[in-house]
Amino acid sequence: MARVYISSVIGAPADRIWQTVRDFNALPDWVPAVRESRIEGGQPSDRVGCVRAFRLQDGGFLRERLLALSDYDFSVSYAILESPMGVENYIATLKLAPITDGNRTFAEWTAEFDCDPANEAELIDNIGTNVFQAAFDALKARFGA
Amino acid sequence: MIRVVRSTVIDAPIAAVWEILRDFNGHDRWHPIVRHSRLEESKRTDQIGCVRNFDLEDGANVRERLLSLSDNECRFRYTIVDADIPLHDYVADVELKPVTDGDRTFWRWTSSFNTPPGQEGELAALVATEVYEAGFEAVRQRVERPAAGQERMRRAPAAAPAVQPAGGAAISGTAIVIDRHGGAEELHPAPVEAPPPGPGQVRLQQTAVGVNFIDVYCRTGYFDLLTPPGVPGLEAAGVVVDAGPDVRHLAPGQRAAYACPPLGAYASARTMDAALVIPLPDSIGDEIAAAALLKGVTAEFLLHRVRAVAPGETVLVYAPAGGVGRILCQWANRLGATVIGATSTEEKARVARAAGAHHVVVPGDRSLEEQVRDLTEGHGADVIYDAVGKDSFEHSVAALAERGHLVSFGQASGDIGARDIGMLAETSATLSRPNYVHYTNTPEKFRASAERLFDAIERRFVTIEIGQRFDLQNAADAHRALESRATTGSTVLIPPREGEAAS
Repeated sequence: MARVYISSVIGAPADRIWQTVRDFNALPDWVPAVRESRIEGGQPSDRVGCVRAFRLQDGGFLRERLLALSDYDFSVSYAILESPMGVENYIATLKLAPITDGNRTFAEWTAEFDCDPANEAELIDNIGTNVFQAAFDALKARFGA
Repeated sequence: MIRVVRSTVIDAPIAAVWEILRDFNGHDRWHPIVRHSRLEESKRTDQIGCVRNFDLEDGANVRERLLSLSDNECRFRYTIVDADIPLHDYVADVELKPVTDGDRTFWRWTSSFNTPPGQEGELAALVATEVYEAGFEAVRQRVERPAAGQERMRRAPAAAPAVQPAGGAAISGTAIVIDRHGGAEELHPAPVEAPPPGPGQVRLQQTAVGVNFIDVYCRTGYFDLLTPPGVPGLEAAGVVVDAGPDVRHLAPGQRAAYACPPLGAYASARTMDAALVIPLPDSIGDEIAAAALLKGVTAEFLLHRVRAVAPGETVLVYAPAGGVGRILCQWANRLGATVIGATSTEEKARVARAAGAHHVVVPGDRSLEEQVRDLTEGHGADVIYDAVGKDSFEHSVAALAERGHLVSFGQASGDIGARDIGMLAETSATLSRPNYVHYTNTPEKFRASAERLFDAIERRFVTIEIGQRFDLQNAADAHRALESRATTGSTVLIPPREGEAAS
């Protein structure tokens, strides 16, 4: 089981950042690697169980199911149903926590998955750096570091 | 039940912070309000159930039991057994998390408890401030790195962009300016400053600038788009330096491009409306983007949105060796159309054939419409892309198939002038006069069009040939080459790199 963990500090209150990241269909608005997204079957994007189908800037196509969403914990969990990455049993959680010292937010993004051991290090680095950290960088650029 | 939550970020690796906090009996070495602490019953400090018995600086005594300790979560919980302070049912949780971005530590300290009526606020403030926040500061002073002064600046709750060189100052660079309309000699380099981006703006360090024939019209004053003194140019690519706080689709360090008014692309750095700028995929290089965007987006909306070309249709493209014409030939071919190019010389005909034109017609004994009908067994062209205008209009209408469509999108030979639309009835023809602006004037439209273009480039439906590169300072030479028809493919200007601008 491979594990990715990336965390950062974003210079705005957690409830504000949550408005952006809670929308399960809004990846193109804040994750640079994502070009376009839709929710299958016209479901609301905050309905647990809904599936987002999205395309990356490099053309890659993914489908992910919303497993859990908590406005109380500022937390969203999802599983990959289909992707070009060669991963299985992929489950990720993005969570925000207020930093009471200075109106900032601690953001952490975790993923666990199975894959071909030969690709594991590269996948961990790619997901951590090009997806999670790049998305946090985009949030920092928008909200402040 | 009262709940207190306090959290902070310590600028030190999590291991350094955990080493201090893990010692349940060691708080008298770092916490300013703990005078002396000892463990009861000879237990170890990391033994679950151990009790620390300590005196505060004000003389109060407190006994607390360790409930849980986790080295892999860097977390422990404890409860007050008894205390001279009326905190009842008190359970506290100390938790550290690594901040991988910068190798820092997030520290959260929470508790819930009851108090005698009327003392809730006072005791909650005591716990939050005197215990938790004072503890944060004490540990911070012990472990933070020498550069802590800078870190304090970063912790300030400012909404400043992540990257703001020179403390938010303007970036100095070079632009090409014209002081009056005229010849290529009017294009001259001048210093320019790109100010920090305001709301809705982005600042780019530009790496490639596209040159289009419309730039010549703007320079001469034929098109009323540039009022001197001013900077010409409609398209460029580069890297995002920083963006306004409300800009959602661009981040510092990201590669990006644009192709639209207002003019001003002939510059090494530029601050502009972020809505006009799109991020570039990895597969599209800066020079390709600068060379392709304006012409390619034009071809995209002509082929897909003005009138969607279907497989099996016959398409006639004027100026098939030109910037837009060549892309139209390539793309229409890949869409399954039969492509006929209309040009003037055998050399340009070769370019058109290489780009995907199945047939090329050149002026000769027979008229254009007769040649098109010969090639299509009398059917005519289903769609005609005509940027020639005045001289070609009537030939185009005559070459149309039944219910064919004429797209008039330029006037290289002069204004088309007033025409009688009654002639369209001969084939039930339709006519459109699209304007680039109306297909690109929202971020959604432009982005959708550019993405289809990038996809076509990635699939090699469309190839972009960069025939000439000029240093930005030599923009006048680029215009001379363009006006003398000496160029092939696209022309790009390369701005000086950051730091070279002053030389």
